Amino acid sequence: MIKIEKRNDVSPSIYFLTPILAIFLTLFGGGIIFYVLGFNPIEALKFFFITPISDLYGFSELLVKATPLCLIAIGLSFCFKSNNWNIGAEGQLIFGGIVGGGVALLFYGHDGFYILPIIILSGAIGGMIFAMIPAVLKTYFNTNEILVSLMLVYVAKLLLDYLVVGPWSNPEGFNFPETRQFSEASRMPVLFDGLRIHAGIFITLITVFLSWLILYKTYLGFQIKVSGLSLKTAKYAGYKGKTMIIVVFMISGACAGLAGVGEITGPIGQLHRNISPDYGFTAIIVAFLGRLNPVGIIFASLVVALTYLGAETAQIFLQVPKYTGQVFQGMILFFLLGSDYLLFFKIKFLGLKKNEL
Amino acid sequence: MYKNFLRYIISVLFLLGVCGQANADFKVGFVYVGPTGDHGWTYQHDEGRKAVEAAGIKTTYVESVPEGADAERVIRQLAQSGHDLIFTTSFGYMDPTNKVAKDFPNVKFEHATGYKREHSNVSTYSARFYEGRTLLGHMAGKMTKTNVIGYIASFPIPEVIRGINAMTLAAQKVNPDIKTKIVWVFTWYDPGKESEAAQALIDQGADVIMQHTDSTAPVQVAEKAGVWSFGQASDMQRFAPKSILTSIIDDWAPYYVERSIAARDGTWKQQDTWHGLKEGMVAMAPYNSAMGSDLVKEVEQLQKDLASGKTHSFTGPIYDQKGNILVADGSVADDGMLAGMNVYVKGVEGDIPK
Repeated sequence: MIKIEKRNDVSPSIYFLTPILAIFLTLFGGGIIFYVLGFNPIEALKFFFITPISDLYGFSELLVKATPLCLIAIGLSFCFKSNNWNIGAEGQLIFGGIVGGGVALLFYGHDGFYILPIIILSGAIGGMIFAMIPAVLKTYFNTNEILVSLMLVYVAKLLLDYLVVGPWSNPEGFNFPETRQFSEASRMPVLFDGLRIHAGIFITLITVFLSWLILYKTYLGFQIKVSGLSLKTAKYAGYKGKTMIIVVFMISGACAGLAGVGEITGPIGQLHRNISPDYGFTAIIVAFLGRLNPVGIIFASLVVALTYLGAETAQIFLQVPKYTGQVFQGMILFFLLGSDYLLFFKIKFLGLKKNEL
Repeated sequence: MYKNFLRYIISVLFLLGVCGQANADFKVGFVYVGPTGDHGWTYQHDEGRKAVEAAGIKTTYVESVPEGADAERVIRQLAQSGHDLIFTTSFGYMDPTNKVAKDFPNVKFEHATGYKREHSNVSTYSARFYEGRTLLGHMAGKMTKTNVIGYIASFPIPEVIRGINAMTLAAQKVNPDIKTKIVWVFTWYDPGKESEAAQALIDQGADVIMQHTDSTAPVQVAEKAGVWSFGQASDMQRFAPKSILTSIIDDWAPYYVERSIAARDGTWKQQDTWHGLKEGMVAMAPYNSAMGSDLVKEVEQLQKDLASGKTHSFTGPIYDQKGNILVADGSVADDGMLAGMNVYVKGVEGDIPK
């Protein structure tokens, strides 16, 4: 007989240590996979996790990759904490990119310090508006926000396709599906010569700080947490549930929109069909790996960003398939959920009693 | 005097050391947009890489690299990790390739299908796929009973429009009544969309289907519907053995081997390559005997004439859809016109999406 019991006393320190345990288990599991594939596991893990960040360029690339992930995950944590399942951050990112990119094209050939802030702001508003669609439909028409937000990802993708193929395509670009390169005034300033790390990282850090402030120091943050723990309690306490749902979606969408605008004005510099390699979906892993906690999310975004870079270097030096990166991301999530299960539930092995036979 | 001599010796030794090392460690890197098992575009590039490897040169590849912010990092990492020549095999790598090339003047870069060569260490290359389309048009014009040819197109870029026009012109030559119907799918690879498009064209009466996309879906739909089809990029015969008349094969191997050896031996120079049937960059899969031995002979002859230059895919008179003359009687379109082609010829239905 096996019996599963809920644990009542889970200490907070263990709760925040299990993600680290999950990472170590992933390293161990990854080592076994590399060994089975015929590589020296230590050597392979070194190529995967050390080599990519062994120089300044690599470290800067890690931050470039982690910036959008962290930003989106922070926004998602507002939704997830309050039991709102926003799965469409990818669409909000793309829509933010479309709006921000449209403004950047509007200012094509112009110069001025005010241009970039307008672009950034419009990108955030774009993502915010796009995220309000599932929120409003949920609150007033009782639709399922998971489905609506997910389906809107395809809407945003197709809209972007339409724009870069048609009305916004580069007039000198031989009809290739991309816009012009934005003017210098529309680009995120690069922090160091020769590296790609750009001012977008400050937006991320400010957002992290603000979200910590909102979540832990304001009444709204308290409401979000209570609704997440028990919707009935929140109702009983008289919180306006509908407003809160819309607000968390707006915050989440704005963060995703900022991530989108950071990508197109940062490393990409134009709009085309591939502005995001599914950052919006990967950020869901980041949010949970970071325990929906702002500081946790910073570390989680760095770890997940490293699995991307590692997959590239491992491919270059060892010629293992690119998909090992995804295997690593999958393992992290698997081990995290697995250890969570053991954290919250006790498994009891009971001997069979004689009279039961 | 003595000091100068010493300096001379040191620099010679240093140069010898550098050169010796460069030759021993010579490596070629490839960046792919898809997985190597796509049976189309990337698969053929990887076949080319294997040929370089077989020629005794070390190679590395990175597959499924998104055409966004990641491309620049991957290209840079290849350059940084001692690769001396890097092939970037998708249009979307154009700007990242040029950007990295600026920072690595000693590394050579080859970008497929692009038009920017901003630094002296960047070459571009592409194939005259339209020559293959001329052969397809000839076969399609002869084989069609409904006089409707279905064409699944990806993006309205000159390369794709050139293919549509070359095919239509060749088909008209053997069958003046044909019409070309086009469905734009706005993707290079999406089996679902491609098969829907193929079905839509068949429903509109097309009994010959061809595509400028990479998956095997259109030929499979054609096989099921019992209409004729053509493979794209690689020999797709085994996916539709009855329906496929032939495939246009992208054969990058000779070019990759030639350029890799040139880079290793120090004779590599910047160039813009546009090779076709003559050089073997465009090749044809075996012709299906179902079209009859007479037609096979005709097409084989036409292939020889295109390769030798006796026939050109765009020989005048060529008219646009409105009847304006594009290429005068007796002359052929020059490469400049072909490279920027953005109008349909007469006989193509519909408008180019804008």
